[in-house]
Amino acid sequence: MSRLPTGGRIDRSRPLQFSFDGRQLEGFAGDTLASALLANGVTVVGRGTKYHRPRGILTAGPEEPNALVEIDRGGGRREPNTRATMQPLFDGLVARSQNRFPSLRFDAAALAGLAAPLLPAGFYYKTFLSPRGWHHLWEPVLRRLAGLGRAPDAPDPDRYANRYAHCDVLVVGAGPAGLAAALAAAETGERVILCDEQAEPGGWLLSDPQESIDGQPAWTWLDDAVATLRAHPRVRVLTSTTAFHYGLQNFLALAEILPEGSRLRERLWQIRAKRVVLATGAIERKLLFHGNDRPGAMFASAARTWLNRYAVLPGRRAVLAASHDSGWQSVFQLQDAGAEIAAIVDWRAAPPPPLLEEAARRGIEVLAGHGVTALPDGMLAMPRAADGTLIRNRTRTLFCDLVLMAGGWTPTVHLFSQSRGRLRWDDAADAFLPGEPAQNVVCIGACRGTDDLAACIAEGQAAGAGTSLPPRVQRAGGLAVRAAVTGADGRSFVDPQNDVTADDIRLAVREGFRSIEHVKRYTTTGMATDQGKIANMVGLAVVADTLERAIPEVGITTFRGPYTPVSFGTLAGRHRGVLFEPIRTPPLHDWAAAQGAVFEPVGLWQRARYFPRPGEDMQAAVARECRAVRGAAGIFDASTLGKIEVVGPDATTFLERIYVNALANLAPGRCRYALLLREDGCIADDGIIGRLAADRFHVTTTTGGAASVLHMMEDYLQTEWPDLRVWLTSTTEHWGVIAVQGPRSGEVIAPLVEGIDLAALPPMGVACCTVAGIGARLFSVGFTGERGFEINVPAGHAPAVWQAVLQAGAPHGITPYGTEAMHVLRAERGYIIVGQETDGTVTPDDVGLGRLIGKKKADFIGKRSLDRPDMRTTGRRQLVGLLPIDATVPEEGAQLVIAPGSATPLGHITSAYASPTLGRPIALGLLQSGRVRIGTSVFALGSTGTAAPVKVVSPMFTQPAGEGENG
Amino acid sequence: MLLIPCPHCGDRPEIEFRNCGEAGIVRPTAADDAAWTAFLYLRSNPRGLHAERWRHVHGCGRFFTLHRHTVSDRFESAP
Ligand SMILES: [Zn+2]
Repeated sequence: MSRLPTGGRIDRSRPLQFSFDGRQLEGFAGDTLASALLANGVTVVGRGTKYHRPRGILTAGPEEPNALVEIDRGGGRREPNTRATMQPLFDGLVARSQNRFPSLRFDAAALAGLAAPLLPAGFYYKTFLSPRGWHHLWEPVLRRLAGLGRAPDAPDPDRYANRYAHCDVLVVGAGPAGLAAALAAAETGERVILCDEQAEPGGWLLSDPQESIDGQPAWTWLDDAVATLRAHPRVRVLTSTTAFHYGLQNFLALAEILPEGSRLRERLWQIRAKRVVLATGAIERKLLFHGNDRPGAMFASAARTWLNRYAVLPGRRAVLAASHDSGWQSVFQLQDAGAEIAAIVDWRAAPPPPLLEEAARRGIEVLAGHGVTALPDGMLAMPRAADGTLIRNRTRTLFCDLVLMAGGWTPTVHLFSQSRGRLRWDDAADAFLPGEPAQNVVCIGACRGTDDLAACIAEGQAAGAGTSLPPRVQRAGGLAVRAAVTGADGRSFVDPQNDVTADDIRLAVREGFRSIEHVKRYTTTGMATDQGKIANMVGLAVVADTLERAIPEVGITTFRGPYTPVSFGTLAGRHRGVLFEPIRTPPLHDWAAAQGAVFEPVGLWQRARYFPRPGEDMQAAVARECRAVRGAAGIFDASTLGKIEVVGPDATTFLERIYVNALANLAPGRCRYALLLREDGCIADDGIIGRLAADRFHVTTTTGGAASVLHMMEDYLQTEWPDLRVWLTSTTEHWGVIAVQGPRSGEVIAPLVEGIDLAALPPMGVACCTVAGIGARLFSVGFTGERGFEINVPAGHAPAVWQAVLQAGAPHGITPYGTEAMHVLRAERGYIIVGQETDGTVTPDDVGLGRLIGKKKADFIGKRSLDRPDMRTTGRRQLVGLLPIDATVPEEGAQLVIAPGSATPLGHITSAYASPTLGRPIALGLLQSGRVRIGTSVFALGSTGTAAPVKVVSPMFTQPAGEGENG
Repeated sequence: MLLIPCPHCGDRPEIEFRNCGEAGIVRPTAADDAAWTAFLYLRSNPRGLHAERWRHVHGCGRFFTLHRHTVSDRFESAP
């Protein structure tokens, strides 16, 4: 056990049991899984994806690339790739290591050393550019080698939610700078949201209790600050909450992970802030040396976190490998906690004298101007030559179980960069720092390059109060990262998760890659789950060093959200299952469901497709429903039709400009089938226009076109013809529509209709009356080619009227039919469905409806386009009927060709059905010069490659029994 | 998600709006084929300030014109 007897921020009164790879272990409340593993002496937690070398915990934060584990909460709650450093420990936690085969301790691939020479830089690209078949050989191997965890195989039973919030100041990061900013902003009376990705606010202060602020110990100041903020009425403190996306207009997305056992698992916050303060800190840099990926090699800052926050001694005997001042304090504290310090190996020839003096006082040996390389049970220190290589004849063996790396700091500028702020290279900071902001945002503390605690607090106070920041303060220094990688051992790991070495990057540069974006993709550096937090700066330094250019000349890769991985559950929130998208149901839905109807989605609507009786399949049910309509009467729920009430003294003028038809001569009490074009002359929608009065029209649209037609009408009314006195109202949901179709439809409804003389209602007529005692608009129209009616009643009354019609129709054999029979019935008559027979390239003449166009009208939408040469040319595809020679229903979408071997499509099949009326399959299609080809044969190419002969005929397979035009 | 300034309702979230393309495209009353084709299909697609039509479709329902910078997505007053 490595747990120290005292100290840390863990709650020793609350021990927690957990398991890792089946081993039962114990930690405390306040631990992360990583700290609890280290406390139990677990040092190997995973393996690299390519070479399968064993890997330990490298960091103590969100940048962790190695300690990715699978957390299994049971019942489908299996989550891969969880960073152990960010997973709070809970009682009963079950964790398993990933990416190991067959086991963590014994890994076949690594043992054989098999993978190493086989997977150089660009391996994936080179392999998959190779001749076909090569990757079939490799794929099974690669899948096993490169796998990162297992995706869950059961639905996630947990609940996720989302919230919107507004605030004056959003502070991201609750380290000392962020806390000071939140306190200062709250004091000015502003509404503040403070978020931090850690379970506890405090940031680096949690790892550095030796500091003091305002004369108080750091943790006393921290506890006071957090208590003040939590009690403040205008402040919201969100812990375990990562700001992962920074959008336009200060719109940020945050992922909150709720404590284990909460009703919710995670919550997405979408916050609009007047101003944003980024106090996102910095991430330590690794050093390049052979063995820098080994278990036991970790960031010096992480060691200090294990020691101070979790009271864990991460090793017994440590070596510091440093190119920067900041690591020295960590080994001093480790020594104070009881660890032996084998040596401090500093790349620099002359580390700062105060550090040297302190090391001397402590009796710690310092090897300045040295580097290290791995030994089986420790490190070999050697002097660094001028070119950065190690001088191999002057070695020094350092036995150790812990190697701390201190390579300087990379400010966490991800969110600032996402906000479209510019980054600028700063030589003194040896880093890209926030430059010109693009939004109302300010960066403070370590993410601005400030490393002095008092200065961080001062910057926070200024940012919180909204005043200008004091100058950046930097106290610690180090060897520039580009100089530190010069001459580094080629086997050094740059990206430990994707197993990219210094030599991989150098190879890519030698192969001609210059752009950092290309090197990144070719080598996969920085493309692991940590998204380059570990690898990017060091990789960039290697590229710059190889090219012998300065880092800012090589450039920087783009920072894209999310900052850290976000679960699909958080992004989806409640939008799953029936809440995935809205479901619209017409007023007769419940009745249809009770009848056992089979439904189909039409847009967001659920529509009854057919009403099977016991023993019937779809074909049998549809055939019976069709025969009933042709022979007697059918009843159909047409409520989903779009409906628009067009009212006003200029309504006729308006509709004449919108639709192709002449409408001025349409008398009140009559209706007309109408076509709507786009300005390009192609059919956009169709419907029935019923005139109720001189200044009032009831217009229907297709089910799918309801919203877009109203939008188009509004567009022209508001922006093209604002002088027209017309008002548009969507009445789609107001009217329930009951279609009664068939030769006996008039007899069926006659007893129910009052207020008009039904016998006097002509085909294509409309009248206001009552049906079954309910005020109705009765249209004598249909979409079946039979005599028929559409009864519009207020939707709430539709079920009662439907029942009355059913009852009245029972002696006549009235039969409910669904959308499938409706499709068949209209196809038998050659009626088009917009979106099925039309596809946005089809003109009225193409589908044989040119006669609808009001020839004398000066203008209507699309009129000018119909005069374009391409629209008048011969050889356009035209609507035809198609009769398959054999008895099978052809595929919708099948291409039409002149001969079986032809590669020139002449058109395609748009609809195909078994026609109960004709007792044979029928199809509609668009065919080049189709009307001329009537009487000839073409071939339909099925998706399986079969070519079936079809005879070209008129699309009107049956002659109308009733009257009226298409409608 | 953008906040879009509806001249009638004030700042509202983007999901309440529908973008309706470039503004200032005049529908010709008489046009030869070339001019009509330009009306149908040719748009400026600038890198910079772009005059575009929006409709507050899930709000007041009105159409209006805004100037948006296509690089920063910032709404600016007309040039
Ligand atoms: Zn509005």
